[in-house]
Amino acid sequence: MMDHSGFKNHQNEHLIYVGRAGFAVLILVIVVGVLVWRYHDLQVNRYENFVTLSDQNRIHARAVPPPRGLIFDRNGVLLADNHPGFILSVVVERAADREALINELRALLDISDDDIERFNKLLARRRPYESVPLRINLTEEERSVLAVNEYRLQGVEISAQLVRNYPKQDYLAHVLGYVGRINEQELKRLDPIAYSGTHLIGKTGLEKYYEADLHGEVGYEYVETNARGRVMRILDRVEPKRGKDIYLHLDHRLQDLAYQLLEGERGAVVAIEIATGGVLAMASAPSYDPNPFVTGISTKAYQALINSAERPLFDRALRGQYPPGSTVKPVYGIAALDSGIASPSYAVRDPGFFQLENEPRKYRDWKRGGHGKTIRLYDAIVQSCDVYFYTVGVNMGIDRLSKYGKAFGFGADTGIDLPAEASGIMPSRDWKRGSRGIIWYPGDTVNTSIGQGFMNATPLQLAVVASRLASRGEVRAPKLVQKIGGDLIPNPLTDVMNIDSRHWDHVLGAMAGVVTDQRGTARRALAAIKYPMAGKTGTAQVVGIKQDERYDASKMAKLQLDHALFIAFAPLDNPRIAVGVIVENGEHGSSTAAPVAGQIVDAYMKFYSHQVTPLEADVPVVDSAGSDLE
Amino acid sequence: MSNTKFDRHFKEHGAAVYGRRSHWRSLHVDPILVFLLLLLMGGGLVVLYSASGKEFFYVKRQIIFMVVGLVTMAFVAQVSPRFLERWAWLPYLGGIALLIAVPLIGVGAKGAQRWIDLGAFRFQPSELMKIAVPLLLSSYLGSKILPPRFIHLLVAAVVLAIPAALVALQPDLGTAILLVTSGVFVVFLAGIKKIYLVVAAVGAMAAAPAMWFFVLHDYQKARILTLLDPQSDKLGAGWNIIQSTTAIGSGGLTGKGWLQGTQSHLEFLPESHTDFIIAVLSEEFGLTGVLILLGLYLLIILRGLIISLGASTMFGRLLAGSITLTFFVYIFVNMGMVSGLLPVVGVPLPMVSYGGTSIVTLLLGFGLLMSVGSGRNQIG
Repeated sequence: MMDHSGFKNHQNEHLIYVGRAGFAVLILVIVVGVLVWRYHDLQVNRYENFVTLSDQNRIHARAVPPPRGLIFDRNGVLLADNHPGFILSVVVERAADREALINELRALLDISDDDIERFNKLLARRRPYESVPLRINLTEEERSVLAVNEYRLQGVEISAQLVRNYPKQDYLAHVLGYVGRINEQELKRLDPIAYSGTHLIGKTGLEKYYEADLHGEVGYEYVETNARGRVMRILDRVEPKRGKDIYLHLDHRLQDLAYQLLEGERGAVVAIEIATGGVLAMASAPSYDPNPFVTGISTKAYQALINSAERPLFDRALRGQYPPGSTVKPVYGIAALDSGIASPSYAVRDPGFFQLENEPRKYRDWKRGGHGKTIRLYDAIVQSCDVYFYTVGVNMGIDRLSKYGKAFGFGADTGIDLPAEASGIMPSRDWKRGSRGIIWYPGDTVNTSIGQGFMNATPLQLAVVASRLASRGEVRAPKLVQKIGGDLIPNPLTDVMNIDSRHWDHVLGAMAGVVTDQRGTARRALAAIKYPMAGKTGTAQVVGIKQDERYDASKMAKLQLDHALFIAFAPLDNPRIAVGVIVENGEHGSSTAAPVAGQIVDAYMKFYSHQVTPLEADVPVVDSAGSDLE
Repeated sequence: MSNTKFDRHFKEHGAAVYGRRSHWRSLHVDPILVFLLLLLMGGGLVVLYSASGKEFFYVKRQIIFMVVGLVTMAFVAQVSPRFLERWAWLPYLGGIALLIAVPLIGVGAKGAQRWIDLGAFRFQPSELMKIAVPLLLSSYLGSKILPPRFIHLLVAAVVLAIPAALVALQPDLGTAILLVTSGVFVVFLAGIKKIYLVVAAVGAMAAAPAMWFFVLHDYQKARILTLLDPQSDKLGAGWNIIQSTTAIGSGGLTGKGWLQGTQSHLEFLPESHTDFIIAVLSEEFGLTGVLILLGLYLLIILRGLIISLGASTMFGRLLAGSITLTFFVYIFVNMGMVSGLLPVVGVPLPMVSYGGTSIVTLLLGFGLLMSVGSGRNQIG
């Protein structure tokens, strides 16, 4: 390849090359400068930024949910605990095709539309590579199905988490409530950090009321993951702080008994320890098993509960509002004595009806023909004389009735540590104007004076009223929780009524007479009890009876029968337990409600007998002629 | 043959200066270059062990490549420059033949057919052309009176364009551009008039839009767009560059320590043992490591340029100079692409990235350099 067109000038060519090489070196130096500048910029100037990015790549904080606090009764019996459950979650980044994977899983397991919807919502909020729960509480069978198919379910994770369990099932459902999966509204309201990793939250009952104590504090695990999201090692772990354990005043034996006594009925029983305000038992029947709610109850099962005429989900003890009927009479008795409207010797003639001045309408006594010519307060309570209270009630006027009624706890929240209690109604002029827009009529006072008409109360309020009577005017909120995480929760008196002790003696004595007096309305029903107790029967009308009609149980459907009520306390000399009972459509307080209260009191006395002397056995009870019904 | 060699050698230096240095001379290898290359390869193996996830598999194979490469280098070093100059057309034509054969018998990878399967190893003919093109151009232009005339430049352009077009069609635009670059270096070093350079530069700029619309494939366009804004497609095209700059930046001044690079060991960094190995080095040894590597490269380049300046023929100068400068271009393109300065093109980091073709071809190039450097007394 020699060029023959001229002569090569080697000297010149060498100079050309040196010049060009020199120029190349110059360019090279500049380019190396650019490279050094670039790496210096990345590694020195922007070092911190890239370290952060690198750590964000590999280090992920994984929430470690705290174990929920346990709930015990006063004897240390477990009422709510945690069982290990298995959760199916999906890391969508690791799934090749999300839709296909979900369809595959649905073919293998029971995954509801609700599950999918919740999953999609959580998906929108998650961080990259975070696993999102799809199904909780996998059964043993489902887990083995997943294990067999694991190889083709890329992105699926199975993890263990504690799931709430209620060993008492329906016995305590309304009191404890239940936890359930966090819904969208709750998600908005909750602290996302505190609840990261927590799937369950208190929905109702104590679980909801004490959510903050029971939940605990979230822990963290800092894990190093590779690019495919696999955890390589745990770098650091901040242990979660488990939720506080809660001890109730409640005695599971009394609770069980109360619930059993209501079996087959619709009704509620509330028992309160007078000295502390502690709720010993609080049963509402019928009830339901809260456990399915924890893991997500099926729509079908939920519909069945919702549509049941018995309304098992409804907490009658806390939210059922019934006319208190004659159970208000001891309260008005105190009111009459304290306000000086009536003295113990003040007597009313009871012809079987009461008439307001200048009004033709007859307000009937429950007893046809009346209780007699000279009915005093003692007799009026023992025999539950309506005409006496019509008379005294009208004499006192609605303002006094309302004032005393409220003082005993009618028409206001009791302050119990449960969410959403109903406050009942203690009618007054203001109340009627406010809610009905019309003025108060004297006839309203007549109805109110025997706990009918507008008046409404919950079974819990009845127990509170009984407790305030028994304690001679001590005002204290009922409480379910005694101790949280070892700390006693004080429940101080908020007020003591300033009422002459002779008035208390008289009225409480009359209440004892309801049970023991020859004419006592509950005497026969409570003939078998072992411990002395005081009480008051009540009947709440379900349907109005026209002026010229008679209440005839035999002609009425069960659901139209009167509600039976009873309030009680015991022992007489130093009362320790107060009880309120309602049996829906139970007809008479004496026949259905009083025996329930009697058994609760007996059981309590037996369990806590060290300070109590039982009645002498087999005291003969002479039955008086048929006046043991209201 | 050895007799002849000895005679020539003896005549050149005389018995008096026959010392230790002359032992190297008799081997026709450049001791400084060999030392620097061994240092570079040793360091490269250390980084490769970490980059391949502490597996000896790649390190072992890389050592085999290196041995093959070193043997090739030593062999080529024995060949006299005169012989090379005379037979330069042979590897060129052979390479062209192989490039034509690739679409017919080649193996594809990532949508491009670049490989010829040789059983144990796969071979990339385009890599061979990176040597063959400057060799032929050096031979051609070296025989002309310089600076080259227009007609010579035209011939050179054709010589360059044929393999470049074949490689670009594979498609492997990165290698095609590097191929053109290596040829352009020869022309440049041969003293091409500046007016031609200006015209070529303007022409290239004018051609850029046309390239964009008619030549570049979508994936190539995407790579360029990604360079401008990696965040636009974090998990897709931008992933590589985000992860590699993160790896580099988080290395800081002194690095996270050998085998401690989280970006590579946790598999965030793609291609960590091949094209992106500089990111592993940067992460684990920091800017210090980068500067040491760069220093080593510059010493090799310096040595290459010194050899080229000492060559007795224009062919030798052009060949040595273009090989040396092309070596630098690989370094710049690789380090620039991994650090996000340049679009991602498949250029390995010379002597460090895992890969047989690259190592052997580079060492073959250094063999040519040594052939030029050791003078006129070899085979042929």
